[in-house]
Amino acid sequence: MTPLTLDVDSVSVAYPNGHRALNSATFHLSGGTICALVGINGSGKSTLFKTIMGFVEPSSGSVRINGLTVREVLKKNLVAYVPQAEEVDWEFPVSVRDVTMMGRYGAMNFLRIPSAADKAAVEESLRRVSMWEFRDRQIGELSGGQKKRVFLARALAQGGRVIMLDEPFTGVDVTTEEAIIHLLRELRDAGCIILVSTHNLGSVPEFCDQVVLINRTVLAYGSTAEVFTEQNLTLAFGGVLRQFHFDQSTIQDHDGRAVRVLTDDERPLVFGKDGHLEYKDRQGREDIVKQREENE
Amino acid sequence: MLEYLTTPLHYDYMLRAIWVSAMIGGVCGFLSSFITLKGWSLMGDAISHAVVPGVAIAYIVGLPFALGAFIAGLLAAGAMAVIKSQSRIREDAIIGIVFTTFFALGLLLITISPARVDLKTIIFGNILGISNVDILQVIIISAVTLIVLGLKWRDLMLFCFDPNQARTLGLPVRLLHLTLLTLLSATAVAALQAVGAILVVAMLITPGATAYLLTDRFSRMLWLSPLMGALTSLTGAYASFFLNGATGGCIVTLQTILFLIAFVFAPKHGILASKRRAKASIPSA
Repeated sequence: MTPLTLDVDSVSVAYPNGHRALNSATFHLSGGTICALVGINGSGKSTLFKTIMGFVEPSSGSVRINGLTVREVLKKNLVAYVPQAEEVDWEFPVSVRDVTMMGRYGAMNFLRIPSAADKAAVEESLRRVSMWEFRDRQIGELSGGQKKRVFLARALAQGGRVIMLDEPFTGVDVTTEEAIIHLLRELRDAGCIILVSTHNLGSVPEFCDQVVLINRTVLAYGSTAEVFTEQNLTLAFGGVLRQFHFDQSTIQDHDGRAVRVLTDDERPLVFGKDGHLEYKDRQGREDIVKQREENE
Repeated sequence: MLEYLTTPLHYDYMLRAIWVSAMIGGVCGFLSSFITLKGWSLMGDAISHAVVPGVAIAYIVGLPFALGAFIAGLLAAGAMAVIKSQSRIREDAIIGIVFTTFFALGLLLITISPARVDLKTIIFGNILGISNVDILQVIIISAVTLIVLGLKWRDLMLFCFDPNQARTLGLPVRLLHLTLLTLLSATAVAALQAVGAILVVAMLITPGATAYLLTDRFSRMLWLSPLMGALTSLTGAYASFFLNGATGGCIVTLQTILFLIAFVFAPKHGILASKRRAKASIPSA
């Protein structure tokens, strides 16, 4: 099987009211990556997201997955979508199993009557996110993390190769977050493209391989370490980002580190003395902590 | 006593009114599960009022009235969509403007038309005097609605619940939207016969809303809601004989009674159940 590709070429989007949400955005990804789409509200991030999913038609430029147009790709069930919690009607009378089954519709016959294979796929997906015991619960009765896992199970049941997640960690507990990251890594290792839209900067270097930085266009894209520089982030976030500087004169840390913290919300991004990211992922951070403890 | 109770069944027009009402009630109930969950209740109200000029014109030019009503209903829905996409006016205001415009136009046409169109029939319905042609129209509308909903309810459920997912699966979302809108207009026309333009919306909302209080499964709503719609319509038409009152009034009052019972006593979502849960969650001293 040839590796998966996602090509966004000079995509511009203008809305009927004349608002130009996106200007000549270009980036390319190939299979086996977790990529974050990062930008502030109003940066065109969600427009780009919607364009890739075919909800919004670009006024110029093209989005191609494996060389096919979005319309062709959707027919082949290649794109799966995990919505933001706010977009879902949690009072809708459907069970966890019903929602997961909705991922199978594209593979079903005209009447959408589930086959044994569909039922097996739903069970397997729910077990993979540890939600099988909750299969008969109405979706509104779940916690934030459980809700997110159900929609992830739906994407798994669908078998999409490009998986789009909109703000996956909002309202999610740490255990679920780790479980989700673990699952996304498995999917990445299976050759999927995972595209995560987020404004939560701090979580990006922890689990994303690549970043697309957006402010009305693609400012930069590439590996997280390359793209996440202070200069790029300042360009993308402008005045929204708060900056904190800590050095020996302001903080009496036991190892007296000088760091620079950038944050736009609950999870800060930490740069070391040399202007490089302090850690790339959770494991890396743990290693740093361990190292320090050993040094003491 | 038994003889007294079976009196209505001796009259042909009553028998017809009873089974036609039950059919209309069942079909509207079926559709109402989708309408209430999609949040189209106001839209249903608007379309049921907007069909009036279509009925008037159909009478004047001698076309089947369902055709005129149906076209007017879709025109109103189209007008709302155009205004929404081309202006900054909020949706509830748009619905208000469009349906009153259509309704006013209908009133005007009826009152100045040379053909004798009975305003009361359109506004309040006249199931007791329903003609054979009208019954045929109702049967056709009901059959089409039942077949479409029966075959494609899962797609329409997904469309109501998560249209974005429907899109990413490559489902024809616009077609689903149009299908639901068309069925809404068609059943509004059928229900016009039974309860009249003003009460149509009750037939399209109340059974679905009641079923929603009673269950957490869409598939269960899909038989509860039509069952309640059909039973209340059947009983309402039957009771109107003894009460000598408007059939529409009887049917909708019965539906409201069922709704109120569910509102108070529903096993999980009724107010008594909520109170019990609230009480149980406070540890006793």
